Amino acid sequence: MIKFFLMVNKQGQTRLSKYYENVDISKRAALEADVVKGCLSRRKDECSFVEYKDYKLVYRQYAALYIVVGVTDTENELSIYELVHNFIEVLDKYFSRVSELDIMFNLDKVHIILDEMILNGHVVETNKNRILAPLLVLDKMVES
Amino acid sequence: MSDVVERTLTALPGLLSLDLQTGAGKLSSTSKLGNLIRSITELTSKHDEEKLIKRELAAIKEQVSSPNTTMRQMKETMVRSIYCEMLGYEADFTYIHAIKLAQQGSVLEKRVGYLAVSLFLNENHELLLLLVNTVLKDLQSTNLIEVCMALTVVSQIFPRDMIPAILPLVEEKLNHPKEIIRRKAVQALHKFYLIAPNQVQHIHSKFRKALCDKDPGVMAASLHIYLQMIKESADSYRDLAGSFVTILKQVVGGKLPVDYNYHSVPAPWVQIQLLRILALLGKDDQSTSELMYDVLDESIRRAEINHNITYAILFECVKTIYTIHPKEELLEKAAKCIGNFVLSPKINLKYLGLKALTYVVQQDANLALQHQMTIIECLDHSDIIIKRETLELLFRITNAQNVTVIVEKMLDFLRLCHEDYAIIDLVAKVAELAEKYAPDNRWFIETMSTIFTVGGELMQPDIPSNFLRLLAEGSDSVEDDRLLRTYAVDSYVSLLQTNPTKLPQRFLQVISWVLGEYSHLVDDLSPCLVIDLLVRLLERPAVASDTRSWVMTAVGKLSTGAGGGTGAGGGTAEGGAGLVQRVSQQHSSSLDTQLRQQALELQLLSQDPELHTRVLPRGAVWGSLEVDSSLSFLDGFVSEALARGAAPYKPPHQRQEELRQEKALSLEPYALSLPISLSSCSIADRQSPTLLSISSGLSGNSTELPHRAGSGSLKLEGVKRVWGKDGYLPQREVPEGPSILQEASAPAPQTFPQQGGALTPPSADPSEEDRDKQQLASSLFVGLSSHNSTCLMGKPEAPVPQRFRRKHKNTDSASASSSSDSSHSPHDAANHFLYSSLLEEGPASPIMLAQNSLAPPKRTEANGTHTRGDTPVLPTANGVAEVGDQEAPPSLTMANEEAPSPGVGRHRDPPLLMGGMKLVQPCPPHPAPRASTQSSAEGADPPQLPELPPEPDHLPPELRNLPHSDMAPLASDQSLSLSCCRVHREDALVLVLQMSNACGAALLDVSVELQCHELKVASLRGNALESLPAQSVRVCWYTLLMEAPHTHVMVTGSVSYREESGPSHALEISSKLSLADFLRPLVLSTEEYGKLWLSLSQDVKQNLTLLDPDGDPLCSSLSVLKDKLQLHVVDIIGSEGIVACKLLQGAPCLLHCRVHAGALAVWLRSPVPGLPDCLLYHLQRALQER
Repeated sequence: MIKFFLMVNKQGQTRLSKYYENVDISKRAALEADVVKGCLSRRKDECSFVEYKDYKLVYRQYAALYIVVGVTDTENELSIYELVHNFIEVLDKYFSRVSELDIMFNLDKVHIILDEMILNGHVVETNKNRILAPLLVLDKMVES
Repeated sequence: MSDVVERTLTALPGLLSLDLQTGAGKLSSTSKLGNLIRSITELTSKHDEEKLIKRELAAIKEQVSSPNTTMRQMKETMVRSIYCEMLGYEADFTYIHAIKLAQQGSVLEKRVGYLAVSLFLNENHELLLLLVNTVLKDLQSTNLIEVCMALTVVSQIFPRDMIPAILPLVEEKLNHPKEIIRRKAVQALHKFYLIAPNQVQHIHSKFRKALCDKDPGVMAASLHIYLQMIKESADSYRDLAGSFVTILKQVVGGKLPVDYNYHSVPAPWVQIQLLRILALLGKDDQSTSELMYDVLDESIRRAEINHNITYAILFECVKTIYTIHPKEELLEKAAKCIGNFVLSPKINLKYLGLKALTYVVQQDANLALQHQMTIIECLDHSDIIIKRETLELLFRITNAQNVTVIVEKMLDFLRLCHEDYAIIDLVAKVAELAEKYAPDNRWFIETMSTIFTVGGELMQPDIPSNFLRLLAEGSDSVEDDRLLRTYAVDSYVSLLQTNPTKLPQRFLQVISWVLGEYSHLVDDLSPCLVIDLLVRLLERPAVASDTRSWVMTAVGKLSTGAGGGTGAGGGTAEGGAGLVQRVSQQHSSSLDTQLRQQALELQLLSQDPELHTRVLPRGAVWGSLEVDSSLSFLDGFVSEALARGAAPYKPPHQRQEELRQEKALSLEPYALSLPISLSSCSIADRQSPTLLSISSGLSGNSTELPHRAGSGSLKLEGVKRVWGKDGYLPQREVPEGPSILQEASAPAPQTFPQQGGALTPPSADPSEEDRDKQQLASSLFVGLSSHNSTCLMGKPEAPVPQRFRRKHKNTDSASASSSSDSSHSPHDAANHFLYSSLLEEGPASPIMLAQNSLAPPKRTEANGTHTRGDTPVLPTANGVAEVGDQEAPPSLTMANEEAPSPGVGRHRDPPLLMGGMKLVQPCPPHPAPRASTQSSAEGADPPQLPELPPEPDHLPPELRNLPHSDMAPLASDQSLSLSCCRVHREDALVLVLQMSNACGAALLDVSVELQCHELKVASLRGNALESLPAQSVRVCWYTLLMEAPHTHVMVTGSVSYREESGPSHALEISSKLSLADFLRPLVLSTEEYGKLWLSLSQDVKQNLTLLDPDGDPLCSSLSVLKDKLQLHVVDIIGSEGIVACKLLQGAPCLLHCRVHAGALAVWLRSPVPGLPDCLLYHLQRALQER
């Protein structure tokens, strides 16, 4: 079960955050700071999974951007680790070579993509074409 | 930073052209969103950020409130608000506009509106209700993309109460030709299942259809629902195992479209999901497991590509293989996989390997042996996560032989660890191991001391409580206990002598208690010295006030030993007494009232040695101390107070509910009341009334507060019980006396002998370092192989000699009592320690005795658990208290049958007042030709037929016009017959008891006692008569109030009388009343109903059988319910009906009934927790009886 999905840059600034469990907005900043501290301080040769309170963090770095996913202890960490990569591949496909700025300028679309993949903390779709289908239709409707 | 910005800016034009290419947005760098993003990337400090966002929020506020803002601008504004919220600044004023955008925007704008709603609002947000109409409209839209987004938002966030409004539409979508719509409909149903499972119960067959859908996406979506349902009850879905296996086979065999592949692995996440389902289905079921062996084997075989995702699948396979019924061949393969993981140079795989090993080691300890060298390497790994996972693994393989080494490793880790959560977790584990496997006293005490020091204020409060309980209750061997206690005292004295400043408060509390209780066991320890040490603690400012009161209590216990007249302290007596005097004087003017009170008590006690020995007896036997948790000794007091007109007690949650009800539509109480009612529930449900009894009974006692504070928080944290069931059960092997201790401690822990045939590590080159490791290995993995491959943890640890055992209960009221004991929350025990002696002096006993006379004498055996072992077994007042329990009716029937009272009526069951009785409605008052007064009743009650129901006309005139039941016989003997009738007064149930004298002589001193613990019984009339003339009839009546809902309650009582010259007799009566007797119609308008409905929180749903399915089922069902249960039918609209009732004058209960799929779907709401459930029970019965 996924608890939250974060994208942060190396400076620790949040670029995207999605919570699958209600966390009060006042507590999010503290949690994100904690999480970032826990992940960014780790060396490359260390394990990509970190313990955080009663759940685990799975993180993966893409250039200056970190993706951190909070999961319950029963979750298969490696499958989440690969899910993150799948997500990036989808973004890459949509934006053709995604950058941090793409994500910032299209925050709404990145969210729409994420919503197709993860729902209520469960992985619901991993087929890239199907993930992008609704968004592409939307784009087409806007164009016409 | 600045060059980052520069690069950012140069990247912008390219990025924009990209946007245009994909046709995304028409973002220009000059747009407001563009500006915001640019400013965000340029931020250098938190302060700047705050300034920027504040400014942005102000701009957004202005824009959203302007009527000229177009939907397109609104969409952009929403994204800006999302940014603000993402950075932690609340933008709640935009929430309503998000909903508006979803409602009015065109496609992309609408989608962003929905997105903002799902990001901004939580499940319970009231604005969510405003979304319902929009969703409803979009679900019916002809534009598929709108349907799609409505389904998406529904499966993310939707008000639970409004599910019925859209459910039919969503169900309809399951048959939609487009796969994406079907898939999203399944996802929405999954959401519904998660938040309101009973609302989708009727569509289970449709889930099966989704599982078999030709589209893999729809099938995959349905797996989530199945995983959830199977988690809840695997048995109901075992028949589907074959289908899941077939699906997995197809997926693994690459039958899915290629775009489901991820790095050439077919639909890996679907595979993982299926494997999880199979694990649940195959668990503890051999035949189901057998279906899976093939496909599991194939999964392993196919997972050959060297990619992370294959390993993720393999990990899931391993877990499944070890969860289901074992198959040798597969286990071997799984073990090999684990080996590959553990030995992998990739750190992530190593982690996964350790995790898998931790999971399987319970079944196969040998696997840990195979990898022991790797495990040891991991133990010293530079990555703390790997270390932590290794400790987790070691924790699972701990036994009596390797415990010292493993605990040492865990403590090493703890000393370096700074993460609160890890500390709490590990400390609890070490404590568990220490209690289970401690090799000797010294080790145990020292380990616990380290735990207390490291765990400090973080650890779960039950750890010190359990430790104290262990010390206090002792084992079966007196000598063992003495040694352990003495050792503890010695060790704590020297701790206090060296450096007590660093000790955490909890540890100081433990120390004070132990010293106060046991320092007299150490011969050459002068009480003066101990008192002196303790008193010095009091002088330290760092010592918290609750710790001070522990210290004071300890000083109090020690004060006799230190002189004060008993002379036990010998030469040092004066010094000690002087010290005590000084302390008590010093603190008798303390500002801390609690401390002051204790000081005064101490002063008194130290001057009166006799009182001291009575209040604080030395070496009292804890086991003999019992606490009357039902507080029955207060019953007398309570009923007196009630009789004087005091308001009845309401539990906190009820008060809370009532408060909430008064506030009606207040916006806050939901969030607020939940934790409060939770905590109060936990207090009420578990044994903790003890706690309350202490606080109410001995409110003057000053020592109670520290513990209360501690225990309040304790309950909420989901306390882990450290003591396994073995620690409590009396059937453990018979101890062999004091020798056990020496025997067990003989294998000196530090030498690591290779006992138990421990595997010697694989012979590697015995270099110096390796030898160290091997030695460590042999000490870590000792004893594992002797257990062979049978499960290590699963087995109830029979062969492991348990170090510290509880003593057998001397009252041995069977295992029932001891097991219930184990569920006592730890603070109970601690309270025992603290108050034991005081309680013995408590006001309890006299009241108990007084009540005894009332209690039916037969119930003594049930009281075993409550009676104090050292007092002669009395039929305590608990008998009275427990009458309210479920077991009461049978025992009372027995009383009816066997009671010595002559000629008791022959009702086998407690005369059911509810069964088959219809209520006589307030028809025009009977002409009552025969008699309406008591004097003329003789004819109505012929003496030869005492059981015949007497005429109802004996009802007092003021009751006669109210709805009432017939008179029903209750009990009778030769001279007296009793019958009763229920009258439904608006504010109460009036129970009219009719006594008719059937014999020829007057009966004297007739008195009626009636009681019921669930009800408030009051307003007596005529319950004591000096005489009941021959052949005459009298009535007495009681009003009964039900405050907390119950489906049924038993009213019991007795009527005693004396024959003119003969002995006195008593007739036992009991009758069962149903909730229906306490329901009254609640008359309100549809509009009021709607308002009330929204304000109610307790919610229950159920499908009931429908009557008269051919005619007008709703009307006929409702009218039956209306007649039987006195409900008020507010309105019937089409296939739906709304009905209301209330519990007497109190809590309302609203019903929403809908005819659906041949059943009556009832949805009940009330402010009172139990009421919907109780009412539902009667609804069911009422409909079934027809």
